[in-house]
Amino acid sequence: MSFDVVAQQPKLLYLLQGIAAFTAVVGLILVALHRGPIRRRGAAALLLAPALLLLAVGLLRPGLRTLMLSFTDGEGDSWVGLDNYVWILTDPQALTALRNTLTWVVLVPVLTTVVGLLYAAAVVRSRFRALALSLLLLPMVISFVGAGLVWKFVYAYRPAGADQIGLLNQLVVALGGQPQQWLVDSPWNVLFLIVTMVWTQAGFAAVLLAGAIAGVPREMTEAARLDGASPRQIFWRITLPSIRPTLLVVVLAELIATFKAFDVVKTMTGGQFDTGVLAYEMYDQAFRYGQTGRGAALAVLLFVLVTPVVVYQVRAQRGAR
Amino acid sequence: MNGVRERLASRTFSVIAVVIAVLWTTPTFGLLLSSFRPEGEIKTTGWWTTFGSPHLTLDNYGEVLFGTGNASGRLADHLVNSVVITLPSVLFPLVLAFFAAYALAWIDFKGRDALVVGIFALQIVPLQMALVPLLKLFSQGWLFLPAWDPTGPARFGHVWFAHTVFALPFAVFLLHNFLAALPRELIEAARVDGASHGTLLLRIVLPLARPALVSFAILQFIWVWNDLLVALTLSGGTADTAPMTVKLAALAGTRGNEWQRLTAGAFVSALVPVLVFFALQRHFARGLLAGSVKG
Repeated sequence: MSFDVVAQQPKLLYLLQGIAAFTAVVGLILVALHRGPIRRRGAAALLLAPALLLLAVGLLRPGLRTLMLSFTDGEGDSWVGLDNYVWILTDPQALTALRNTLTWVVLVPVLTTVVGLLYAAAVVRSRFRALALSLLLLPMVISFVGAGLVWKFVYAYRPAGADQIGLLNQLVVALGGQPQQWLVDSPWNVLFLIVTMVWTQAGFAAVLLAGAIAGVPREMTEAARLDGASPRQIFWRITLPSIRPTLLVVVLAELIATFKAFDVVKTMTGGQFDTGVLAYEMYDQAFRYGQTGRGAALAVLLFVLVTPVVVYQVRAQRGAR
Repeated sequence: MNGVRERLASRTFSVIAVVIAVLWTTPTFGLLLSSFRPEGEIKTTGWWTTFGSPHLTLDNYGEVLFGTGNASGRLADHLVNSVVITLPSVLFPLVLAFFAAYALAWIDFKGRDALVVGIFALQIVPLQMALVPLLKLFSQGWLFLPAWDPTGPARFGHVWFAHTVFALPFAVFLLHNFLAALPRELIEAARVDGASHGTLLLRIVLPLARPALVSFAILQFIWVWNDLLVALTLSGGTADTAPMTVKLAALAGTRGNEWQRLTAGAFVSALVPVLVFFALQRHFARGLLAGSVKG
C-alpha cells in the first residue's frame, strides 16, 4: 500500500500553472477594460473574444468536420459517399444499437415521468418533501458510472445452489425461481440497463413536477373538492392539466438525455450481449475500432435525432415559465 | 363517504411514495454496506446476511485507494486527477461565459442578436459531434494553431479545453438570461456616473449575478466530476491523468467480480459530488431546469 505524494506534485504544479495562466488572461482583459477610452464595440469584442474563439475552434469547426468525416472511410481519407449511413442501416450490430436506442427513448422518458409524477404527487404536501426529493435526486448526483455499479451489484449472478450475492437473484431464488444472468441474456438485458437509467433520472422528474404541482392554485382543488370530486378526479381533471407544460419539459429533457446515454452501457456491459446504443456504438467505432467515418456518421445521426427535440424543448420551456 | 375515499387515496399515495423511496435507496445501501465487508464475505454471501454476523472493515477502502498491485485501484491517484480536472473545468467556462454574457446583455453592438441566437443554438451539438476532430486538432494542429500533444500532466490541458468549450453555450445561455433580466436603471445610473465597463462588470453586475453563477458552477462541477466520455477519449487512461470515473469503468469491465474494490471505489467517487449537492442543494434544483437541453 502506498500513495506517492511526490508523484502528485507535477499534477498540482500544472494545475497551478493553468489557473495562473488563465488568471493572467482574465487580468489583461479587465485592465484593458478599465484603462483607456474603449468604445462600446471594443469592450464587447474584448469580452466576447475568448468565448467565441474557443467555440469556433473547439465546437463549431469540429462539428462541421465530423459532418464531412461521416462521408469518408475509416481513416477519414477517401470519400465514400453515403456508405457509412448505409452501414448503419444494414450492419447487424449497428441495427441492434438502433433498435436498442429506440427502446431506450420510448421507455426511459415514460417510466421516469410516471415514477417522478407519482412520487411528486405523494410527497408534495408532506412535511418531509425536501428530504424525500433529495433521496430521489441522489442517484443523479453519484454519476452514471456509480449508478451502473450499484445496479450491476443488484444483478450479480451466482449459479443455482450457491449463495446469491445480488439482491434480484436472491429474491428470485427466495420465491422458488432459478437465478438469472440478467445482464447477459438478450434481449431482456436491455430492459435491465434501462432500469438503471430510470433510477438515475426519476429524481429530476420528481423535483420539477413537485414544483409544478405545488404551484397549482389551492382554490382550484379546494373548490373541486367541495363540489364532491374525488381525489382521483381532482388529480386527473385539475392537477394533471395544470402541470402539462412541465410534464412536457420533463419528457423532452429525458428524451435528450436518453439519446446521449453512454456511461450506463459502458459501465454495465461494455456494449456486449447486444446491449449497444447509438451513443455507445459511436464511441466504439471511432475510438476503439478506428472507424472514424462510421463513428462520425453515428454522431451525425445522433445530432439529427436530438435537434428537433431540443428545438421543441426550448419552445416548451418558454411555455412552462 | 368522501372522507373515507380521500383517506384511502392519500394512503395509497403514501404507500407508493414509500415503495419508490425504498426501491431507490436499497440498492445504494446494499453497495455501501458491502463496501465495509471483508472480501471473502462480499463474494460468497449476500449483504443482507451481514445483519446476523457483522464483520465490518475499512480494508476495501485502503486497498482501492492505495493498493499497489496492478489489479488494485490506486484510486487515490485518480482522485487527485479528478480534482485537477474539475477545478479549472468549472472556473474557466464560468469566467469566460460571464464576460460573454455581460457583453451580450449590456453592450449594444451590431449583430448582437444574431450572436446570441448562434451561441444558444450550439447547445444542440452533442459532444459526440466534436470529439474525433478535437483529437485530430490536438495531435496535428490547424492553420496557425500548432499541434499540442503533450505527455504527462500537460494532458490535463486537453480535458480542460474540451470541458470549457462544451460548457460555454449552456453557460452563456444561463448567465445571459439572468443578466438580461437585471434592472436596467441600476446599470444606467452607474453608467451616467461615468463607470467604465470594467467597473460595471466587477462592482455592480458580478455581485448581482451570484445566484446564477453558483447554479452554473454546481451543475458544471457535478457534470465534470461524473463525466466519463470526455475523460475516456482525451485523458489518456493512465494513473497520470485519468479521473476516477475512467478507472472505475475500467475496473467494472476487466475485474467485474472484484466487488470489494468496486463497492468501495464507487463510494469514494460519489462522496465529493454528494457533499457538494447537500451543501448547495437549492442552487442545484434551480439549475436543473435551465440545463435540460445541455449537450
